[in-house]
Amino acid sequence: MLTFIVRRLAYSIPVIIIASALVFGFTRATTDPLARLAQSRDAAELLPRERHRLGLDKPLVTQYTRWAKDFVRGDWGQSFISRRDVKSEIRDKLGNTVQLIFWGILFSASIAIAVGVYSAARQYSALDYTFTGLSFLGLSMPVFWFALMAIQFLIYEPTVLFHLKQPIFLSVGLHSANDHSLVDYLRHLTLPVLTLSVQLVAGWSRYQRSSMLDVMSSDYIRTAKAKGVTRRKVLLKHGLRNALIPLTTVMAIDIGALFGGLIITEHIFAWPGMGRLFFDALLSGDTNMVLPWLMVTAVFIIGFNLLADVLYGVLDPRIRLS
Amino acid sequence: MTDTPMGDARVLPDDRPSPTTPVGDAVLSVRDLHVSFPTDDGMVKAVDGVSYDVFENEVLGIVGESGSGKSVSSMAVLGLLPPSAQITGQILYRGTDLLALREKDKLKLRGSKLAMVFQDALAALNPVFTVGGQIAEAIRIHNPDWHRAQVRERTIALLDLVGIPNPAARVDQYPHEYSGGMRQRAMIAMAISNDPDVLIADEPTTALDVTIQAQVLEVIERVQDRTNSAIILITHDLGVVAGVADRVMVMYAGRPAEIGTVDEIFYETRHPYTLGLMASLPRLDENSDGARLHRIKGQPPSLIFVPTGCPFHPRCEFARLPEPCSTEIPPLRQIDTVGHRSACHFAEDLREVGRKDLLMSAEESMAATVAEDPAHGVAE
Repeated sequence: MLTFIVRRLAYSIPVIIIASALVFGFTRATTDPLARLAQSRDAAELLPRERHRLGLDKPLVTQYTRWAKDFVRGDWGQSFISRRDVKSEIRDKLGNTVQLIFWGILFSASIAIAVGVYSAARQYSALDYTFTGLSFLGLSMPVFWFALMAIQFLIYEPTVLFHLKQPIFLSVGLHSANDHSLVDYLRHLTLPVLTLSVQLVAGWSRYQRSSMLDVMSSDYIRTAKAKGVTRRKVLLKHGLRNALIPLTTVMAIDIGALFGGLIITEHIFAWPGMGRLFFDALLSGDTNMVLPWLMVTAVFIIGFNLLADVLYGVLDPRIRLS
Repeated sequence: MTDTPMGDARVLPDDRPSPTTPVGDAVLSVRDLHVSFPTDDGMVKAVDGVSYDVFENEVLGIVGESGSGKSVSSMAVLGLLPPSAQITGQILYRGTDLLALREKDKLKLRGSKLAMVFQDALAALNPVFTVGGQIAEAIRIHNPDWHRAQVRERTIALLDLVGIPNPAARVDQYPHEYSGGMRQRAMIAMAISNDPDVLIADEPTTALDVTIQAQVLEVIERVQDRTNSAIILITHDLGVVAGVADRVMVMYAGRPAEIGTVDEIFYETRHPYTLGLMASLPRLDENSDGARLHRIKGQPPSLIFVPTGCPFHPRCEFARLPEPCSTEIPPLRQIDTVGHRSACHFAEDLREVGRKDLLMSAEESMAATVAEDPAHGVAE
């Protein structure tokens, strides 16, 4: 198992190096760090000087190796726009996004597994059809539309309808300005988490349902029944334990992709996370911010893919030993 | 001794009845069992009127082609058929009708009094639990008050009984770490963990090579010596039946074609289908120079549109058409001795016909085909 992890880890290194070269190449090709300067009155005089100072007159390969060295050493530079340290900026925003992801995954995974198991156990029941319908609705619904509907029907409408002084849920940011209580946090958290969960629950529950159906038709389930195991235990012990193996790996891969932030969700709920950071940096041509951001998300995606492989080995003894 | 888990194996009385002539009450009696599955094409009559008895310390072999209903009828005994199955008739375990039992009471019997060994042991064992854990589960379900150590001791003893080498270490291994033969032994250990009265072995040796087959069959016989179980051995391998079974039921198209002792079935065959099966066995004791094995012409019938009359008549060498073979369903009736029954209108006539005659008639028809078809003759 250990050699398996070490080997997979070793495979990840060239992947990260290739990703970094691509990220650097594409970023340099699409955004000009001196775009703002070029519009100033003294452009003709300043541009060559700045270009030389930043090393932009060197060959692209030299620029890349210089940047890569600095990046590995932890010198990620300053934002062109806010002049803030890029590393601490990304750390802060990542923290906010992680809060969203953590609660979102916890909520989505429990709902999706429960729905998946139920749908498989009572295949073609009315509730199974209902869940199927809802999940297709969830998958096909644009995130922004659901978020706006949620704000409308969970914040404004109840407030008006019940003449509340304050809405039950809040839709702007992480905290209220003067209230850092848990209740306030939860009121802010609910809607973004719900929005994030719609598609996760929809996708994962379908996956869990088919995985569970697949397992429940296998021979070892029949063996368990022949032993006199109760239906409930057949389902939850023999069935679920096996059906969770493929779901876990799918979840790990999906989660890795979430660290890039949820650009739309974070925008709508003014959530100061990774998605908003990237969006703003990209629009303002803030190369120093875009580059490390892409690298951080790439590392998360690669890391969670690695985790998916390792988990597969942990959960399935057939892989663990070979 | 009697309070240790393995010490309670029942000692056989010396005056026990010979297994070939069952007397007394059957452990399991199946009466007029019908099982149908609704499909898009119509009702599949997988089992269409099966009755049999199994007695203590007896091996009943059930033989038939794929789709003859042999597996389905035994799955019905354990109540493992999908809910869509429509089941009628009676399955009496020591007088209690299993089909009328509530699910709760069925659970108590399943795995304790009635147990099953499945065909493909690799698929039939849960890959994510250890072999020992899966056997222990079977013990614990029916003995909830046993201590952990007691269950483990019994598990290791069971693995030892079925001939797993080094059972104390093997108990904690996963199914994929076992060889094919060992997995099947582990399946048997699991099935016998509560000394079942009825043990159904569904093609237990099919996926195994011949030497391992022999070992597994030996384990089944050894187990029976210890537990006195009634064993139902489902197979399509007549060699296995000849070696292990006391009585045989031959099934065709969901119905019993012939039932009798092994000797009766093999040497006093009274059904053309059984005769066809016998003739298709390769024999070492006969001149086999260039001789072809017999084959039963045609295909097994569709279970949705079963042929009228005798379901075997379209393939039968001796069928008298149209009457009665294609018009009248032959009842399963007693022939010669008490236990020997056949579902053939002309079972008695088969007294004069042996498998050699069948081979002869097959050769004649072969010769006729060759004569009709010159191209065939050249190829020969």
